[in-house]
Amino acid sequence: MCGIAGLFLKNQALEPELGSHLATMLGVLTDRGPDSAGFAIYGAGTPGHVKFTLRGPTNYDFPALAATLGAGCTLHDDHAVFAVPESAASELRAAIAARPELAIVATGTRMELFKGVGLPENVSKRFGLTGMAGSHAIGHTRMATESAVTTAGAHPFSTGPDQCLVHNGSLSNHNDVRRTLMRENMVFETQNDTEVAAGYLSWKLRQGAKLDEALSSALDVLDGFYTFVVGTESGFGVLRDAVACKPAVMAETDDYVAFGSEYRALADLPGISKAHLFEPAPAKVYFWERAA
Amino acid sequence: MRAALDMTQTDRVVFDLGTETTRTLNTKLQGLEPKTNQTAWTILNPRGAHALCVGITQPIDITVDGPVGYYCAGMNEGAAITITGNAGPGVAENMMSGLVHVLGDASHAAGATAHGGLLVIEGNAAARCGISMKGVNIVVKGSVGHMSGFMAQSGNLVILGDAGEALGDSLYEAKIFVRGAVQSLGADCEEKPMTEDARAVLSQLLQQAGAKVPVAEFKLYGSARTLYHFHVDNAGAY
Repeated sequence: MCGIAGLFLKNQALEPELGSHLATMLGVLTDRGPDSAGFAIYGAGTPGHVKFTLRGPTNYDFPALAATLGAGCTLHDDHAVFAVPESAASELRAAIAARPELAIVATGTRMELFKGVGLPENVSKRFGLTGMAGSHAIGHTRMATESAVTTAGAHPFSTGPDQCLVHNGSLSNHNDVRRTLMRENMVFETQNDTEVAAGYLSWKLRQGAKLDEALSSALDVLDGFYTFVVGTESGFGVLRDAVACKPAVMAETDDYVAFGSEYRALADLPGISKAHLFEPAPAKVYFWERAA
Repeated sequence: MRAALDMTQTDRVVFDLGTETTRTLNTKLQGLEPKTNQTAWTILNPRGAHALCVGITQPIDITVDGPVGYYCAGMNEGAAITITGNAGPGVAENMMSGLVHVLGDASHAAGATAHGGLLVIEGNAAARCGISMKGVNIVVKGSVGHMSGFMAQSGNLVILGDAGEALGDSLYEAKIFVRGAVQSLGADCEEKPMTEDARAVLSQLLQQAGAKVPVAEFKLYGSARTLYHFHVDNAGAY
């Protein structure tokens, strides 16, 4: 099972509503994944600054830490987003690494990433998704198969700056691919198969591939069942394996491109009755990018 | 296509899924007696809900106004069900008789294991259309995805557009008619000569589905029957 929701806005006027639409989509997908949920949202960024989404113990005093480290801080339940100038990013990374009670969930100029155990509706509420704005967002509701139900095992996974991936399915060669990527200095936090897929794409992007090229090569390397939705700072991509057991529905209008594991997740989007609805074909890379 | 469509809107029972549940709908439809005068239904606001209009056993007329989710019209026995939007996976799965008419596209496994009746899809059908079909007739006016007609046992699958990879893999005695291109044939599926009987069957199905295309434009595919029995020459492969 698992449910995926993705929304990529073409019309900037809808950006303030992005979080609210994604929260609705995730709520509908609860019965596909009630274990845990998460989302990545690409909002405003400050030029020359990097955002770190951090996770800590409940009631951790993030503002105090931010003040000590000279970082901007926005608190979202047990997550916090720290913003620092690029020049201070490695220092912040070292400071977090020295505090084992904290985890870096994701980094990027625009992407913030939140995830937690529990019903999607509660996860969305805890982090205040409804009030979040941005250009595109990807969310996931998880019914665990390959690894434990933990916050770290929830999706999306981020293995590179402004990069995230969600997955419906299971990979059968993830241990092998993980070992190969670890030799290439990729770091993995969990035993989860999806993290390996994210890591593979990040590794390809790091080598200079574009997102669509990275997705094409994933078809040859990753073995198993998958529908992936991936996000980068400027783009949004979809890939299904050749057998295409895992459901996928897309809707496109002049205002947005939306992805749902089922049509139900799309039913409340504005203008959906006039949207172009289609099922993404197997083993075909779909990719949308914002104009620079 | 059906006389029931001539009924005026006021004769129809209107059921709004915006205010009532799928379970209430299916309980009402499954509880209809043979002498019911509630023979025409309009279902509003399906919004992709699962398992709508399943297990109906009376020859009633239903229009579901919008997109539906998994298994719509499953196990249908005698009803004529029109879906005005797209259908999710497994539409009309295990249909016994009657008509299911999808005005949009259908997702994967349309008509899976269906024993009888007619499934007409105006748009495209995704992967595994007619998988393990057991006597149903399926007419897809667009194209079908990969592995369509997989292990199809009997009935007819008519495709006005193209067919994806591995058409008719491990086919039994169903007939597959394709007007467009076939990306590839599955194991034990081969092109067959179009017989007079086959032409007559195809002609009738096209007429029933309201498809005005010439029979001569179709090719017929069927089973080569080499997988039917254990073959001693293949013993080493087992």
